[in-house]
Amino acid sequence: MVEVKEFWRWKEYNWKNPDIQWKDAAVITAGVDVGSVSSQAVVMCDNEIYAFANMRTGSDSPNGALNAMKWALEDTGMTLDDIHCKVGTGYGRVNVPFADRAITEIACHAKGANYMYGPTVRTIMDMGGQDCKAIRCDEKGKVVSFLMNDKCAAGTGRGMESFASLLGVSIEEVGELSLQVEEEPPPVSNTCVVFAKTEATGLLRSGWSTEKVLAAYCSAMAHRVVSLLERIGMEEDFAITGGIAKNVGVVSRLEKELGVKALKPRYDTQIAGAMGAALFAKALVEKGENR
Amino acid sequence: MIANYGYKDGSGDFFISIDTNKCMECEEKPCMEACPAGILEKFADDYNDVVVGVKEEHRKKIKYSCAECKPASGKRNLACQAACKPDAIAHTW
Amino acid sequence: MITAGIDVGNKNTRALILKDGEVLARSLVPSGFDQKKAARDVFDATLKRAGISEADVDYTMATGTGQEKVTFAHGRVTEVSSAARGAVKIFPGARTVIDVGAEEGRAIKTDEKGKVMDFAINEKCAAGTGSFVESMSRALEVTLEEMGPLSLNGENSVPMNAQCAVFAESEVISLIHSRIPKEDIAKSIHEAMASRISSMVRRVGIQKDVVMLGGVAYNKGFVEALEEDLELKLLIPEDYPEYISAFGAALVAVDKAGSK
Repeated sequence: MVEVKEFWRWKEYNWKNPDIQWKDAAVITAGVDVGSVSSQAVVMCDNEIYAFANMRTGSDSPNGALNAMKWALEDTGMTLDDIHCKVGTGYGRVNVPFADRAITEIACHAKGANYMYGPTVRTIMDMGGQDCKAIRCDEKGKVVSFLMNDKCAAGTGRGMESFASLLGVSIEEVGELSLQVEEEPPPVSNTCVVFAKTEATGLLRSGWSTEKVLAAYCSAMAHRVVSLLERIGMEEDFAITGGIAKNVGVVSRLEKELGVKALKPRYDTQIAGAMGAALFAKALVEKGENR
Repeated sequence: MIANYGYKDGSGDFFISIDTNKCMECEEKPCMEACPAGILEKFADDYNDVVVGVKEEHRKKIKYSCAECKPASGKRNLACQAACKPDAIAHTW
Repeated sequence: MITAGIDVGNKNTRALILKDGEVLARSLVPSGFDQKKAARDVFDATLKRAGISEADVDYTMATGTGQEKVTFAHGRVTEVSSAARGAVKIFPGARTVIDVGAEEGRAIKTDEKGKVMDFAINEKCAAGTGSFVESMSRALEVTLEEMGPLSLNGENSVPMNAQCAVFAESEVISLIHSRIPKEDIAKSIHEAMASRISSMVRRVGIQKDVVMLGGVAYNKGFVEALEEDLELKLLIPEDYPEYISAFGAALVAVDKAGSK
């Protein structure tokens, strides 16, 4: 029997801050970001991140939200009832049964990035599993301008997964491999992932190495993202969030084309949305609007 | 806030952008009625401003939803834009 | 007079040889990754089938997205013009021509002589092309040929949210998991694509008769979905809907050869 390799699979994990005793916290809030591909839950104690989990969304989103939340709370002794306010966000935000409020992922990403990267962030590029978001915000993390593209797989994690599967490369290795080329090849000319895959097959047949094809695809992806940023107007400081932010092949080419360095992430780039949701939850508690 | 609704795919950029700072000042929102395809709706955004946006079900097929107002050749007649008094609506294509 | 039309598409390359208005021979090869070779091969095969040599051909006309690869052709004509010309020759009443191939979709408005009045093209995105149905057939684990008959047996359609072929694949897989019959899924896939094609056709304006060409015209499930969406009957060339551009190019070649 042929073993079916899941090249798209990335590592799911949870994390807990060992320096925080949650029972001492005045305000405990949580944010859950239910995306089409991955879900994250973040628990905040006062102003600090206490715990989070990052996992793949299952086929039904109510369980996806609960699974992520439960995993974040694993071995903490904390239960859902200990959390003062919970906000759901992301594509599946209306399906978070335990949430007190649902807020769009655009607003949450801006708020989360403002916290994660600091108040100097003005432009955020979120490259998620099934969408791309270009967001401009002010020093408070309030959205000034945004654009979301969730119609087309080009520029998304799912598109990258589909491409990586064709080449038999694990999604986590794509970035590094794509940098192992002597000379930067011209980008793949087709934007559409379906057509780009046909193009890639042709390039491989004409003798291109896997690394070279990956380089051509990563640079096409970077180019596409730049065009989205141009539409909303690019202003520094600049941050990249989402799963693709972990792909050095795309990030380095994106920085090169923009002529701008992205801020170095201090946290997992995939938790920005859930982080923002937890911050919105905190603001609701402070305003006494959490129930 | 400049809210862009629509998408970019291999065939081009298709966005309707709404300047919510201008839109929120308009009470009547006549653009909603004016649109022959009925793609616009009124809602309170994340900052509680009452503004117009493109309905969720049209966002991924806006090129097709707006086709009626944009013939392949000949005069374009963007009813939403014509009806918008604060000049808050723009089309990218 | 003998003329030839060579249509180099993204997926297949076709050649057709015409002698005094009659089709002598036609053949098809996959375009592969060397369109120049494909054009040569298909032309040689067609000549052989017609029992003539290249020197017997008075004029050769290239068309299709890879038309510039046909270095041996005497002239070139756009795929829009060749499709309109071919369609009007077969159906003199044709005024609107819908041509959906593997990687493009086109809607053309033509006059009674087969001259293009207006057109709209859907390309560079698989969602409005034959590739969409092909991707979905893989997700459904059936062959592309089975898609049409499968869909005709569908009773209910489910709304498809994804517009992108990559996202729609995931959606189809989750529909299979939730035990929606494959017939219904196939029907829904064709309806989703038909609505994209029909709005493209509406942009050029619908004027009867409406002809459908291209490889996707073989798919009866799609044709039915499009007919329902457009609320009219489509005329489809019986034997060879995907050779009409090559046929049209060969007709244009007759004019060119005559004025030489």
